[in-house]
Amino acid sequence: MSADTNPAENTELLANPPVDGSELIRFDKVTKRFGDNTVLDRLDFSVDSGKHVTLIGPSGSGKTTILRLLMTLTEPDEGTIRVGGDYLTHEERNGKLVRAGEKHIREVRKNIGMVFQQFNLFPNMKVLRNITEAPVTVLGLSKDEAEQRARDLLELVGLTEHIDKYPTQLSGGQQQRVAIARALAMRPQVLLLDEVTSALDPELVAGVLDVLRDIARTTDITMLCVTHEMSFARDISDQVLMFDSGRVIESGPPEKIFSEPEQERTREFLSAVL
Amino acid sequence: MSWDWNVVDDFMPRFWDGVLVTLQALAIGTLIAFALGLVWALAQRSAQAWVRWPVVAVTEFIRNTPLLVQLFFLFYVVPNFGPSMSPLTTGIVGLGLHYSTYTAEVYRAGIDGVPAGQWEAATALSLSKGRTWRAVILPQAIRRVVPPLGNYVVAMLKDSPMIATIGAFDMLGEAQAFSNETFTTEALTVVGVAFIVIAYPASLLIRALERRLVR
Repeated sequence: MSADTNPAENTELLANPPVDGSELIRFDKVTKRFGDNTVLDRLDFSVDSGKHVTLIGPSGSGKTTILRLLMTLTEPDEGTIRVGGDYLTHEERNGKLVRAGEKHIREVRKNIGMVFQQFNLFPNMKVLRNITEAPVTVLGLSKDEAEQRARDLLELVGLTEHIDKYPTQLSGGQQQRVAIARALAMRPQVLLLDEVTSALDPELVAGVLDVLRDIARTTDITMLCVTHEMSFARDISDQVLMFDSGRVIESGPPEKIFSEPEQERTREFLSAVL
Repeated sequence: MSWDWNVVDDFMPRFWDGVLVTLQALAIGTLIAFALGLVWALAQRSAQAWVRWPVVAVTEFIRNTPLLVQLFFLFYVVPNFGPSMSPLTTGIVGLGLHYSTYTAEVYRAGIDGVPAGQWEAATALSLSKGRTWRAVILPQAIRRVVPPLGNYVVAMLKDSPMIATIGAFDMLGEAQAFSNETFTTEALTVVGVAFIVIAYPASLLIRALERRLVR
């Protein structure tokens, strides 16, 4: 499969704007409520480009909400989010910050890709078209270019022989690998991974995680990952953020968070999931 | 009273005239109902209240008044201020319009049935609104609603004799007129059989389509 793919080749395949380690994502005092429930409470955090960041914490602590905010699937009640220096849901007009129009949001959003817990492949399209649809209609690639890109990515995720199948003909693990290829085909700067193995049968988890490890190792794509797979988090992360009640209560490199956490709450959480 | 094949023979020329009217009404009426219903369903989801609201009002009104009244209105009242149409055209428009308000509900249910994750995936890929509808949502929604849409085709066939009341003589209209003139009943039986001959294969076709589409 992809384990011995030449890293240089992959970097080419997933060419991002050059990664300089500068700040790519910034949340400024972001608050998100669902009814009376405050999921995120004036959250501040930032991610530097090229970093692989894992968000951990008990369910309901707001991790998935962060990814959904970045993907503009939901909007913050207060605060601002910036991606690559651009406001995500706001625009500066005459020195004032106003709600952004659809066009602005789409432009910023193009830099972000997402893989969902439930795969969400388009069941009416074959694998190939699932991957080429957006590059052709959104990025304006020619059909040939998009198909070549799709073939390269399917090779990366080890599914070349399934190119002409419909999603329902694939196992959950295979579908999720197609979903990863589909997200990467847009060459996003940021890849959001929302509990991508939670819906999979246990024996299919490893295949998906191997693909992601590969991508994390051989590309400089920025990753934001919500997962309950702690060994995976340990493998790929540059930084782990521990969430509780909508706030980051502890952060650091995985060795530190997993081996010698400072917060009692982190220790409790880790002993429950490990 | 005994069955007389000579009466059936005499009826045949008019019967075929009637069949032609019935099939025309059914085919074109179906096209109108399917196309217009989709327009209503999409308009009802519009973000603009001034689009949504009138469409909801009009479709509710049409769905909750009798087809017969609508046919009379189209034929006798509309020409006073609008276009004047032949009986057959009026009948086809009436059937199509009436049934479009039902197919709109079917489309709506089909669209609502597409999982939220499909919209989210389309957003995550930055697909445009139009592309999301055309490439992702509608193909999945329509696949789901073929069976109920097909049922409305059969229902429309069964309602088609109503257009005879405004002078578009379908098979039943022809049969009734023929029977009244000749004091016979064979023609009515012939038409009864003809309805089954058209409707039953249609039902089978819908079921076959359903098996093919649902996977």
